[in-house]
Amino acid sequence: MNKIVRKEKLAENTYLIEVEAPDIAKKAQPGQFVVLRISETGERIPLTIADYSKKTITLVVLVVGKTTEELAKLRKNEFIPDIAGPLGNKSESIQYGSVCLVGGGLGIAPIYPIARALKKENELAIIIGAKNKSYLFWEDRFRKLTKNLVVCTDDGSKGLHGFVSDALKKLMEERGFNLVIAIGPPVMMKAVAGITQDRIKTKVSLNPLMVDGIGMCGGCRVVVNNRVRFACSDGPEFDAHAVDWDELISRNKTYAEEEGLCKKQC
Amino acid sequence: MKKTRVVMPEQHPSARIKNFDEVNKGYSRQEAVEEASRCLQCLKPKCVEGCPVGIDIPRFVRLVKEEKFSKAIAVIKKANSLPGICGRVCPQENQCERSCILGIKSQPVAIGHLERFAADNEPVIDIPKIKSNKKKVAVIGSGPAGLTCAAELALKGYHISVFEALHNYGGVLAYGIPEFRLPKSIVEKEGGFIKRLGVEIKTNSVIGRLFTVDELLENFDAAFIGTGAGLPHFMRIPGENLVNVYTANEFLTRVNLMKAYKFPEYATPVKRAKKTVVVGGGNVAMDAARTAKRFGSDVTIVYRRSLEEMPARHEEIRHAQEEGIKFMMLTAPATILGKEKVEGIELTQMMLGEIDESGRRSPLPIENSEFSVECDQVIIAIGQGPNPLITQASGLHHDSKGYLQVNGNMQTSNEKVFAGGDIIGKEATVIEAMAHGKKAAKAIDNFLKQRKLIV
Repeated sequence: MNKIVRKEKLAENTYLIEVEAPDIAKKAQPGQFVVLRISETGERIPLTIADYSKKTITLVVLVVGKTTEELAKLRKNEFIPDIAGPLGNKSESIQYGSVCLVGGGLGIAPIYPIARALKKENELAIIIGAKNKSYLFWEDRFRKLTKNLVVCTDDGSKGLHGFVSDALKKLMEERGFNLVIAIGPPVMMKAVAGITQDRIKTKVSLNPLMVDGIGMCGGCRVVVNNRVRFACSDGPEFDAHAVDWDELISRNKTYAEEEGLCKKQC
Repeated sequence: MKKTRVVMPEQHPSARIKNFDEVNKGYSRQEAVEEASRCLQCLKPKCVEGCPVGIDIPRFVRLVKEEKFSKAIAVIKKANSLPGICGRVCPQENQCERSCILGIKSQPVAIGHLERFAADNEPVIDIPKIKSNKKKVAVIGSGPAGLTCAAELALKGYHISVFEALHNYGGVLAYGIPEFRLPKSIVEKEGGFIKRLGVEIKTNSVIGRLFTVDELLENFDAAFIGTGAGLPHFMRIPGENLVNVYTANEFLTRVNLMKAYKFPEYATPVKRAKKTVVVGGGNVAMDAARTAKRFGSDVTIVYRRSLEEMPARHEEIRHAQEEGIKFMMLTAPATILGKEKVEGIELTQMMLGEIDESGRRSPLPIENSEFSVECDQVIIAIGQGPNPLITQASGLHHDSKGYLQVNGNMQTSNEKVFAGGDIIGKEATVIEAMAHGKKAAKAIDNFLKQRKLIV
């Protein structure tokens, strides 16, 4: 049982949940995630650890389906019965030189702890973007980490008008980077990979469908460098230029019909 | 005396393919007593030698015959903490029942069915008074090996914490074996007994990530690793990552652990296909096939050797056949066909050649024999390797495949760490894993007592 100590609405359909999980918090590293279940009949869903303190971890949830909707309804002092983690491998924070972090949509959350860890030894540029200004969050947090923050929206309601990949392209015309880290929906990460291909080393954090999160079921398999890898135990970070994006995007749609059915009936 | 055994009452195939209720219904008292009466009560019982955990079989069978049911279960529980589970999933035909003298001329005593009867008719047993010895042992993994090790040590007075990565305990008993073969209520009942012995089960605890084995040893006097074979194998053929290609592990975990057969009441979905091809010939393949059948799918099992070499239990094969599952023997997948989703599978006809290292005739492809069948789901059940999470993080010696190496006392390269079950070798049965857990418990007890003497 893990008690919720803070719950905030961060943006449209986007909620911050800070929850007590002292053992996980002690071990958590940037880039890692947890798998949680909110009830006896609930499914297991992976969520990136967006922040951690001594006794708590912070999760950011975007309401996309039944489980995330129920999760978003939980209030302060209520409990999340099952949280397992920290899972996956940490994002390496060594000296790269100049790093550009790109967060799209919910991907804004996981780049925060990575950026914070990289800040010590690297010069950072950060791009955050969402479909419109109501979906943006944590601008203030990122401003504290870097002067080079670019905000963009798909509809131009705030900041640059366009996708985060457009913003990156523009930024790359002005300056070089030693590394790009991109986290967001697969189509966005694919677009970033296309732009940096043959030019800048690029890492992405993959978010395929998952069940156990401990390398047991193979449901989260992705093809990287023509090899089958498990996002949960081998990842979630991989070389953006080696990922088979189309396969990932199609596998993520496996349960589109069932999700529809669930929405109707539940 | 009756020559043939009392038949286990079963759900009729036409009814059971529409539900997830248990197929075997269990003996009535009368049936159990009748079957128990067939036992010859051998002076040198071969059946006991055939039992990996050494249950005093003639004694418990006699007690069933005498209708002393609570005494019968007490005899079993001395050697086996999970009798309701073993009575259902043990391959008795290769163990105790194979050694039964009656089997030479007619059918062996149905020891498994009687064990199950005794377990299911168990009254609430009083927990023996256990004197604590103040020592603590961590058990990693709550499958058959871990639970058995935990129970054995708890009975000896140790304080046991079991660390389970998933949200429910039971390991393969929870995520792997389907409800129609092993109801989860039985796992809960027998797990409940172990908890009543004072064993603490910590779920959602992924050792290797949350704590390392070394960190556990700061708080525990010894550790037992029974993390199982949770790494699915793939065939490495084209099309394996198409949508609707599952590993048996994923398919069964969704259905059993997450209860996807009750979707959408339970939130986890699973594909209910029209035509399913299951690749493999073990119990896991049978479980996957029979599960798919219960979703209304037309199911074909594809196996590269012949029926004789199939590693699955006879009963599972028979049940699958009765349920209308097709068996396509001497066939191996070459390519899974489809654009985004599975549309079919291309297969190669095989023939049997020389005997290979497994002691079975090895399958060889017949040239130009490829053909394809239509299907909209493929489930890969060709076995699994050891889950690497623990091995990677523990620094314990392991072989090139990742199996932990242990000595005759189930002790790993760290003297305080013992291991058993699938993590130490080729896929074992539930009862073999339990035998490992039991042996390790004995070794841990000796080890900790000796150290106490030295100190």
